[in-house]
Amino acid sequence: MTSQSTAKRPVQLLRNLSAKIASIPMILTALVVFVGGTAWTVVHSFTSSRLLPKLNFVGFDQYERLWSTRRWLISIENLAIYGICSLILTLLIGFTLAALLDRKIRFEGAFRTIFLYPFALSFVVTGLAWQWILNPDFGVQGVVRGMGWESFAFDPLNNSEIVIFGILIAGIWQGSGLIMCIMLAGLRGIDEDIWKAARVDGIGTVKTYVRIIIPMMRPVFITALVLIASGIIKIYDLVVAQTNGGPGISSEVPAKYVIEYMFRAQNLGQGFAASTMMLVSVIVILVPWAYLEFGGRKRG
Amino acid sequence: MVNTVDPSGPKPRRALSARNIMLYGTLMVVSMYYLLPLYVMVVTSLKGMPEIRLGNVFSPPLEITTAAWTKAWSEACTGINCDGLSRGFWNSVQILIPSVILSIGVASVNGYALSHWKFKGSETFFTILIIGAFIPYQTMLYPIVILLREIGLMGSLWGLVLVHTVFGMPILTLLFRNYFASIPEELFKAARVDGARFWGIYFQIMLPMALPIFVVAIILQVTGIWNDFLFGVIYTKPETYPMTVQLNNIVNSVQGIKEYNVNMAATLLTGLVPLVIYFASGKLFVRGIAAGAVKG
Repeated sequence: MTSQSTAKRPVQLLRNLSAKIASIPMILTALVVFVGGTAWTVVHSFTSSRLLPKLNFVGFDQYERLWSTRRWLISIENLAIYGICSLILTLLIGFTLAALLDRKIRFEGAFRTIFLYPFALSFVVTGLAWQWILNPDFGVQGVVRGMGWESFAFDPLNNSEIVIFGILIAGIWQGSGLIMCIMLAGLRGIDEDIWKAARVDGIGTVKTYVRIIIPMMRPVFITALVLIASGIIKIYDLVVAQTNGGPGISSEVPAKYVIEYMFRAQNLGQGFAASTMMLVSVIVILVPWAYLEFGGRKRG
Repeated sequence: MVNTVDPSGPKPRRALSARNIMLYGTLMVVSMYYLLPLYVMVVTSLKGMPEIRLGNVFSPPLEITTAAWTKAWSEACTGINCDGLSRGFWNSVQILIPSVILSIGVASVNGYALSHWKFKGSETFFTILIIGAFIPYQTMLYPIVILLREIGLMGSLWGLVLVHTVFGMPILTLLFRNYFASIPEELFKAARVDGARFWGIYFQIMLPMALPIFVVAIILQVTGIWNDFLFGVIYTKPETYPMTVQLNNIVNSVQGIKEYNVNMAATLLTGLVPLVIYFASGKLFVRGIAAGAVKG
């Protein structure tokens, strides 16, 4: 807060008034949509609302039903597999690419442009492009079979066991460039002298990265982690475009469950309960991060 | 490890050291993975259907035809409408322009108020706004349906514009707040002494100084809003579906024979706007996403 003179002149009153009037959209968004909307959904997740939201409370019934629905369990399992793989691979690829680009190479700009352009594309475009590449007859499988390996099988989009990995390939393609960018910015922020010191001590390049550089980049890694994690929970359009949850329900994800129950199955209570579970998972991820990031010192 | 014992001074540059071959080799191979989908989309969209059925996704077109592009743009069917993706394109344009203007206008004023005209509670609202950026959209979807119904905008383009303004607000406000906070206080005070008020200072001093950050915000919003699928599918009707939603309906429609070339042309058409912005804006795009990174 800036220091303010205690005298209340009309000008000062007007000044605050203009700022307040100008902030009305922000205040409404924060209070009505974000706080109000979220609270509304959480409250209604304890009701038996179906076609229309009603306030007849049924306790945790919706949650019990949710956790005994096969489709939700599959969604959660998929999210877990996708999430863990995506987290590890995106961090690994993002960091490795950034480290390679940081080796004072030529055409750095060109490589960076290539790695990042998928991020400009929507998940729908990403999903449809990879749906075509993974097409069993004309795509990767067809090409390998055409080269003579007749028994080769790689058909993730029609095999319920591995369909989530088909989506993973597309998801990593779309999102790893962003992490590469963030990692590169982090690497650029590291003092040249660290490298010189490591070289003087005779520490190899890989060892320097693992032992010195990565621990120094902890904040960057945490930011990347939060970014990837919050993106994973939201995953929706990629699945809709690439598999639409199929084959069967084997590639369903929680965000899709919420929307189908709210807007198609007309079972609002289930949708609210599922979305509240999503909120809870975000809180579980974010609170430790916020604690690490802002705990102890004053937030800016 | 080739150059282990280096004397001080710049590294000697050898073009064909083992290290360089490894380095560039890896980068080239990885680049292929990233470029592959774009290549596949382009070649498929330029082939005819008989050629697609004979070959594979990677083979270059023997006979280049733009028929698929024309069909995707003006004839492809979604349900009963057979006027192509052009409808979705114009819907997206109609959604995009007011959304970008409104969201950036509101957020820049917010950022300005938060940096130079703090009032009691302003920081609290801002904190709520930033925390709100992390709440899954799914938790707020239905209450917004109710709100839009109340004000009579459910299903209309303007309803969607409002939704984009609301959800763009956290990150854009943060962007502008940080930028305006870096503008020297003296400049602001001098304008105050000269008798300029809230709006006067905003339009005459802050706005002209903030042009670079406006460009970053525009890049962020144009790509973000153009690529949106979730809000489009929920808050609009089939006649007002944005391009991404219409694209998905065309490609994943269960009726008729799959025309892969038309599908890929449609996919490319939808991706064209953000791609052009990406390649044209270069470093600014990176700045935009670095700022947008907080949003995730």
